[in-house]
Amino acid sequence: MRFVAAKACAGSRARAGALYIGGNSAAPIETPSLLISTLKGLPAFISRDHLGDLPAPDSHLLHVSPIHFLDCPATKTICTIGGLHQMVGLHDHFFIASPRDSLESLPESDGTNKLGASFETPSGRQLVKPSAYMEMITSLMPNLWASMADEVPAWVSDKRNKTSVDRTLRWLDECINLDLVYENALTCTVEGGKNVLGFVVGGSSIEERKRCATEVAARNVSGFWIGGFGLGESIEERPALLHAVTDSLPEEKLRLVSGLSLPEEVLQGVAVGVDFFDSTYIYHLTLRGFALIFPHNIVDEDIVDRPLDDYPNDCTKINLRATIFRKDTSSIVANCTCFTCQNHTRAYINHLLNVHEMLAHILLEIHNTHHYLGFFRTIRETIKNGKFDLFHKKFIQSRRIHLASVVQYS
Amino acid sequence: MVISIIYLSMFFNLFLGTIKGLTNIQLEEIGCQLILGNTYHLALRPGAELIDELGGLHKFMNWKRALLTDSGGFQMVSLLHLADITEQGVTFQSPVDGKPMLLTPEESIQIQNKIGADIIMALDDVVKTTITGPRIEEAMYRTLRWIDRCISETVGTYNWAAHKRPDVQNLFGIVQGGLDPVLRDICVRGLVDRDLPGYIKQYMLKENIREPTILMNILVIMSSMKANLTSYWDSYAIGGLVGGEDKDSFWRVVAQCTASLPEDKPRYVMGVGYPLDIVVCSALGADMYDCVYPTRTARFGTALVPEGILKLKNRAMANDERPIDLTCSCMVCKNYTRAYLHGLVTKDAMGSQLLSYHNLSYMMRLSKNLHTSIVEGRFPEFVRGFLQTQFPRGDVPEWVCNAMEVAGVDISSCCTPLASWHD
Repeated sequence: MRFVAAKACAGSRARAGALYIGGNSAAPIETPSLLISTLKGLPAFISRDHLGDLPAPDSHLLHVSPIHFLDCPATKTICTIGGLHQMVGLHDHFFIASPRDSLESLPESDGTNKLGASFETPSGRQLVKPSAYMEMITSLMPNLWASMADEVPAWVSDKRNKTSVDRTLRWLDECINLDLVYENALTCTVEGGKNVLGFVVGGSSIEERKRCATEVAARNVSGFWIGGFGLGESIEERPALLHAVTDSLPEEKLRLVSGLSLPEEVLQGVAVGVDFFDSTYIYHLTLRGFALIFPHNIVDEDIVDRPLDDYPNDCTKINLRATIFRKDTSSIVANCTCFTCQNHTRAYINHLLNVHEMLAHILLEIHNTHHYLGFFRTIRETIKNGKFDLFHKKFIQSRRIHLASVVQYS
Repeated sequence: MVISIIYLSMFFNLFLGTIKGLTNIQLEEIGCQLILGNTYHLALRPGAELIDELGGLHKFMNWKRALLTDSGGFQMVSLLHLADITEQGVTFQSPVDGKPMLLTPEESIQIQNKIGADIIMALDDVVKTTITGPRIEEAMYRTLRWIDRCISETVGTYNWAAHKRPDVQNLFGIVQGGLDPVLRDICVRGLVDRDLPGYIKQYMLKENIREPTILMNILVIMSSMKANLTSYWDSYAIGGLVGGEDKDSFWRVVAQCTASLPEDKPRYVMGVGYPLDIVVCSALGADMYDCVYPTRTARFGTALVPEGILKLKNRAMANDERPIDLTCSCMVCKNYTRAYLHGLVTKDAMGSQLLSYHNLSYMMRLSKNLHTSIVEGRFPEFVRGFLQTQFPRGDVPEWVCNAMEVAGVDISSCCTPLASWHD
């Protein structure tokens, strides 16, 4: 694994990069890039044969949470099967592991103590110690993994926040040590300590954020997992906090952020130099029957002039449960090359949603993933063309115009 | 007993416009050629008018292969309260607003026309086989009268411009008569006299197809979304959920029908789906089947294997590193272990999907193996192998032994003598 950060976009902190993952993939994964969320290593609805239809190599980057495997299979079994890639049948894919996800393993800071981090999972509240976590990491063998962290919401006391930083740093050291220990104990081959992403927390305190980032940067890590976001801080205070972190991190190592899901939030992250995004936006949209439709190419177009009738409700997404789609035989997005748009209509998906058929979610997840990956591709292009800031501004503007028009008619 | 099987196929039952969790591409890969659509449910949602407006069911779901719809009458009788059958048709309470409604043979045809399947079924007077007496005779004659109404409605009504297929919807009539061979015989002759494109028996479908391309060489799998087909089955006191004694009646009716039906036409037994039942019916001379079983059982975490079933939820599976079935080459068995699937089934949508995929592939493979063994002249051998794998201790159920005897397939090597397994 090798990450190369290219020069930042002129006049902006946004940066393009490339992750060389080796193996059969010749083409690197370009950044900024999206981590596709998974449940037990597979997307919620897209099976491996349809995953192959999505654009490569972007769609080869997946997130995995070891907490999903707390109950089963046993780590020994995972080891014998040959690790995560083998177990889920995705040998060419690149997995980045972190303890939490926003789907099934939600960090639960009240239960967290000095022994381990607490998570709300489908089988109840679980306390996970670094030793258990590292056992799972060693058996799963993800390509990269984040150390354990004590993520706290924005409203905790300063004391609690400071404790979370101390604990996170302690656990980083523990995880790195355990990694080396387990490499010798188990028969699985693992590159000890080489694939760790140091977890950075610090809540809503600029000071603590800086302190944590600086401390983590002092360790020998492959990159940084910037967490503690999406837990109650406001979208306005976030840029400053993100800045505080990325300013304290070395340029040449990769930065990943979790908890920034929406397109606007992703843009915030890109603007301060983040490379990877762990986002569960697609999953939540899909479950609720939404399909993404926002246009990618907005830099060259003049948004203000676009007739508002085109998108009567929302120019980002459509709710396919709505009755207006009952007889709509067009595809979700015209000219979209995903499996769903090439084969099925809005009317059909509307029907599937109404009769509670799983196929609706499969088709939606395919389209939404395809569309969001397209969004990231556009981001990368604008960075290369030096137009990222303009793109960022226009994108935000286009959302506000929609809101303004709604207000007008009410 | 001559087993003449031109082709062996299984239908796929499309309940609401989709097979549970599988895309069209996956269905095609598995080998599905023909899907059965439940008229009742499709007429409710999204509605026959809407399907028609959008160009028919093929276009609506983008299914490029064949479709078959049932008459809709049966779900009404089995699912709805206060359903009543009169000479006019089936009266029932609308599930939407409780208003009394009437489904006539003509309307059933009209709805099926709008849906636009390649094969449509006439509305029959549905009767439980457990009922005896004059009701059965009444049902049988009424069915023939309704067929006439269906025929006149079908001829020259729907135009198939939207489809590549021949512009005739093939109408099949259903044979009634309960378990009474005399009544059944009268019914069969009545239908044959009317020279229909095809025939369905209560358990059997026999196609007298004018357009052989539609159903020839089809290997398909059918499964239904909900238990409605089971309740259909239960109301005839047949099916895996009922006890062995009902299997006894069931195979006898199948045997009786295959004995009296022409050798050169395929025979379709509706609702038959357990692998064992399919093997027995095939031995008795049936050709086509549909069943809910593969996908329904997948949702409960049960996989179909040559030995019978595998309950993936079972604790023993938690660390089993083998694939579901070592002899299976489907996408699921090639990539996933029982241990991994154990964690997914009944909890995650993906578990349901993967298991459905495997189960359907299994049924497809069974179907193909039966077909090949017949064509290659080693059918009895195949049956013996199948039974030995399912009943390694030789405890083949009595009804199977009886059926095979009538079918002329020697399975004595598979069965331990009765005395020993009663010990």
